[in-house]
Amino acid sequence: MTDAILLKDIDEPKLFDIEVYERRGGYKSLRKALAMSQDALIAELEASGLRGRGGAGFPAGRKASFLPKGDMDKYLVCNADESEPGTFKDRELMQKSPHMLIEGIVIAAHAGGANHAFIYIRGEYEEQARILDAAIAQARAAGYIGERILGSGLSLSLVLHRGAGAYICGEETGLLDSLEGKRGNPRLKPPFPALQGLYQGPTLINNVETLMTMPHIIAMGGAKYAKLGVSGSSGTKVVSVSGHVQRPGNYEIELGIPSREIIFDLAGGPPPGRAVKLWFPGGSSSPVLTADDLDIPYDFDSLAKAGTMLGSGAIIVVDDKTPVLDVALKTAKFYRHESCGKCTPCREGTNWTVRMLERIDAGEATPMDLDIMASVQDHIIGNCLCVLGDAMAMPIGSMIAKFRSEFEEHMESRRLAKVA
Amino acid sequence: MSPSSDSGQGFEYRQELAGREIPRSREGSRSPGWDEPADLEKDPAGIPDPALIDVPIALRSEIEEIMGRYPERHSAALPALAAAQRHHRWCSPQAILQAACVMRVTPGYLTSVATFYDMFELEPAGEHVVYVCTNISCSLRGADELYDALEAEVGDQRDITLRHFECLGACDIAPMVSVDQIYYGPLERSDAKRLVGELREGREPLPELRLALRATAASEIPEGTKQ
Repeated sequence: MTDAILLKDIDEPKLFDIEVYERRGGYKSLRKALAMSQDALIAELEASGLRGRGGAGFPAGRKASFLPKGDMDKYLVCNADESEPGTFKDRELMQKSPHMLIEGIVIAAHAGGANHAFIYIRGEYEEQARILDAAIAQARAAGYIGERILGSGLSLSLVLHRGAGAYICGEETGLLDSLEGKRGNPRLKPPFPALQGLYQGPTLINNVETLMTMPHIIAMGGAKYAKLGVSGSSGTKVVSVSGHVQRPGNYEIELGIPSREIIFDLAGGPPPGRAVKLWFPGGSSSPVLTADDLDIPYDFDSLAKAGTMLGSGAIIVVDDKTPVLDVALKTAKFYRHESCGKCTPCREGTNWTVRMLERIDAGEATPMDLDIMASVQDHIIGNCLCVLGDAMAMPIGSMIAKFRSEFEEHMESRRLAKVA
Repeated sequence: MSPSSDSGQGFEYRQELAGREIPRSREGSRSPGWDEPADLEKDPAGIPDPALIDVPIALRSEIEEIMGRYPERHSAALPALAAAQRHHRWCSPQAILQAACVMRVTPGYLTSVATFYDMFELEPAGEHVVYVCTNISCSLRGADELYDALEAEVGDQRDITLRHFECLGACDIAPMVSVDQIYYGPLERSDAKRLVGELREGREPLPELRLALRATAASEIPEGTKQ
């Protein structure tokens, strides 16, 4: 493993305490960033090549530059609604190093010119919310949040907002509606949040890991950070590995290493005697890959070229003893449950996909059902306000394409069992 | 809306439906009450009159403090409902009415919010609430069997509310549970008995499996396999 950045001191006892964090060099980057002009700070972030770690992989520096200049209220929202199945990196990062997140938030607020910041944390993360609340109070007392931070011109309020259990609130516009106290329905884009977001004001939304990387970029310099990883995917990434591996957990890797190294060398691979059948490279929303794809470099562009995505950086490994139908059904049921119901293709598409998969299991399906199911997926993609429907359609579509014969065998054996 | 203000076929049609059960879909809806027809005799409730609603002082001050955090008071909807749920153990009509009274919004508005989010209990909940993650990563490691074992242990008693839950963001300790919002894992099927037993005795269940005690996975890679 290369030198860790985010996970370097993560197991330091009491790192959640401001004294320990400062002793480890914490909040030094903030002082450095506040001494820089807004444009210089954005230039530094752009030079680092940092791409968003939440799922979409949008360049973080450019995103900050989209906020209009001017004296109006501007908002920074930290997306800590980590709910993509298989993802648990933000949980561990926030729980163990909350001050690194706060430091990143203040730096990003300076870059975007925001004066109000919110952390939208998923409601289930009760322990993490308590740790963050305590850390925010410490940071406020130390003068890192509040009026004229460290004597600079930046004033920033920071409020921790707890969600209440809805996957869709990780979608940035659904998150904004939820933060405004409504049902978390996604909004039509444009207008994009950078111009009209929270309370109709300019809003910058970043993932926890993206924000936590910023202090390190400021400390080492954007150019040096850009040398880590590979072209188009700079830096390190915390990857959550789960499912059928011997050591599930968070591992920080330099982007671009072979996926095999993450799954086998770090996470220990499947238990003895079992082999990888399929794996999700970036959470349950990413099209699945098979054992043949294990040598694909783990970075944004290589995975996109393989027809899938890095997403939130969550690898879920499924071994050869698990029927692909079980995986498809679990995935589809999740998206049916979490669809907000606003757009028809997603609301109906997720529901009918589950029903068709259940028909297979009940021995009532015919091979034509697979074609219908595949066409349902095609009709969801790109036809909704947000990508929740796509997030089901992409993995299900890829499973049908790559494991069609297994679906057909399953179908036939269930049919025969029913007849008998 | 009163019946007299409605006219024509629409009203008769709806009145005809009112007596019948109309299943919305085979699965039913996730919101209780959704499958029942609307009560056409009833006017929609307005913003509750503070003079008529008795709100516990602790709850009132908590919601008022929450409202003060935001530039817009409506943003307090989720934390206010969570506070009301803590006081009443579930989002009862009474709890929603009290939160609406303090927030100066209609109970219908807060109900629309409460029915959207999974963590709001829309039916009376037990003394302890246990979420079992049964999403992909956990189910690959036996979460469905764990759920069945827990269900058998809880039995018919209503002191523990057991719920299937979508990915709780702790696949590193799969299969896992969230007991009154604290994460524990990984669990064996055989842990179900101890978990329910210790909860009923009023102790912390499976304290050694608490997530907060774990070091990162990277620190546990055996020497020699490290790159």
